[in-house]
Amino acid sequence: MPAELKSQERARTGADIPARAGAGLKADHVAAILETRADIGFFEVHAENYMGAGGPPHRQLEAIRERYPLSLHGVGLSIGGEGALDREHLGRLAELNRRYEPGLFSEHLAWSTHDTVYYNDLLPVPYDRATLDRVCDHIDQVQETVGRRMLLENPSTYIAFAHSTMNELEFLTEITRRTGCGLLLDVNNVFVSSTNHARSPEAYLDDFPMEAVGEIHLGGHAPDLDDEGRPLLIDAHDRAVDAAVWRLYECVIRRHGAVPTLIEWDNDVPCWDVLFAQAEEADRILARASSARLRQAG
Amino acid sequence: MGTTGSHSTPDAAEFCRALLDPAAATPAGLTGPDGRTAPKRFNVYRNNVIVSLCDALAQSFLAVGALLGEDYFRALARAFVLEHPPESPVLLWYGGEFAEFIENFPPLGAYPYLADVARLEWAWLQSYHAADAAPLDPGALGALAPEAVGEVRFGLHPATRMITSPWAIWDLVRLNRFAPDPQEALDPARAQSVLVSRPELDVNVLLLRPGGDVFLGALMRGAGLGEAAGLALEQCAHFNLSECLSDCLSNGAFSGLQLDR
Repeated sequence: MPAELKSQERARTGADIPARAGAGLKADHVAAILETRADIGFFEVHAENYMGAGGPPHRQLEAIRERYPLSLHGVGLSIGGEGALDREHLGRLAELNRRYEPGLFSEHLAWSTHDTVYYNDLLPVPYDRATLDRVCDHIDQVQETVGRRMLLENPSTYIAFAHSTMNELEFLTEITRRTGCGLLLDVNNVFVSSTNHARSPEAYLDDFPMEAVGEIHLGGHAPDLDDEGRPLLIDAHDRAVDAAVWRLYECVIRRHGAVPTLIEWDNDVPCWDVLFAQAEEADRILARASSARLRQAG
Repeated sequence: MGTTGSHSTPDAAEFCRALLDPAAATPAGLTGPDGRTAPKRFNVYRNNVIVSLCDALAQSFLAVGALLGEDYFRALARAFVLEHPPESPVLLWYGGEFAEFIENFPPLGAYPYLADVARLEWAWLQSYHAADAAPLDPGALGALAPEAVGEVRFGLHPATRMITSPWAIWDLVRLNRFAPDPQEALDPARAQSVLVSRPELDVNVLLLRPGGDVFLGALMRGAGLGEAAGLALEQCAHFNLSECLSDCLSNGAFSGLQLDR
């Protein structure tokens, strides 16, 4: 994309979203949110849930958008796919961006479509030169079509590709350098992938290109065991954020300052109060970090 | 077990074949931290794909699920997913072939009404997500000259669907999805036709009166009001034009009207 657009978009990223906690929006929660006028920084929606022509989903999202900043999170574009991006789908994403003017727009470092089939999962990519070139081309295409900077989310993975020639951080850093896109740092994904690949999550976060991060995700994971009986964590988004993930998150915020932070809870979704309490916990960590930094500055 | 890391590259086609075939070997070159191939790790992806798509079907076909019970429904959904994986990332549109799949699924041959139950639930979902539009004001007909009324044609509201069936599909869906009532006896072997509409936010399902299916079917195909009423009377002596028309208008089946001549 042209350099001029890059710098302009960089200034606008996140402008609309405060450096506070937000929550993934669930249809069942909308009434409680509006009724209690929940004091929360923003809401995030999965773009694909709002690609119908009309009806209650759009009415609900319009009501939320009138009152809260919004983040738009795509889960089906298949940026890491071998084939070309689905132009119709990209057009739908651009249309949702026009209609709802979200403060942030993000997608995943993953693939989900091959040939004509959509697999509805975030499948892993090898970290090699050919994949890097393809992902960068796709991100350029997204940013040009949608007309704004996007954030790319680090994945949770269960397997590694034996023929990868870079590590994930080199891969992500090179993508941001070449495309000007930002990053969505999912701290739960860091913990899940680090555990699954027997790496240190702290070391991963030490080297993460934080200057590109426009948003953080936190969510719950489910414990399992792999073929050899070692821990295998599943990125299930079906429970509260794990204590180890909260600790990693607090370290990140203390070192780098407040970043808009989303609580994701997509399966076995609890009542609104329980999800809201997780967002309040993130807000407390953000506030503590801000006051500590103010004290240091003073 | 497992071989040490081969450097062959599994391409997406190979990855996908293994995703949808539980008997296929884990593609070579996908490893755990020790460099060994890791079937259980690969199975996480297999499981995510199948389970999430079965979940999507379960949310869209709640009455079929209640009629079959969870275990049977999930086995059926799994068979459907393997034969008809989605072709769009928009899962709101996934499941359009489910009714036909049920119809041609031999083990369910003793439950011939299930496919029409699925058709009604699919129509409900399409109506829910259809474009918003203002329904035709029921008073609009009254403003026409009496001699013009028979010629009038209706523009269909985007959320309007009609399902006709030799089975009691409205009772089956109502009692298994919207308003379970264990006291109410259900006889599936009664023909029912329904109008599915969404004039505002809520989807309405209305049981059509005798001849209503012929009448509304003709209007939906673009017939004039007089012609549609004539067809309905031909096929159903009990057809009552004013009641049927009033049902359609008050449920917001139409969004406009036109006079050709």
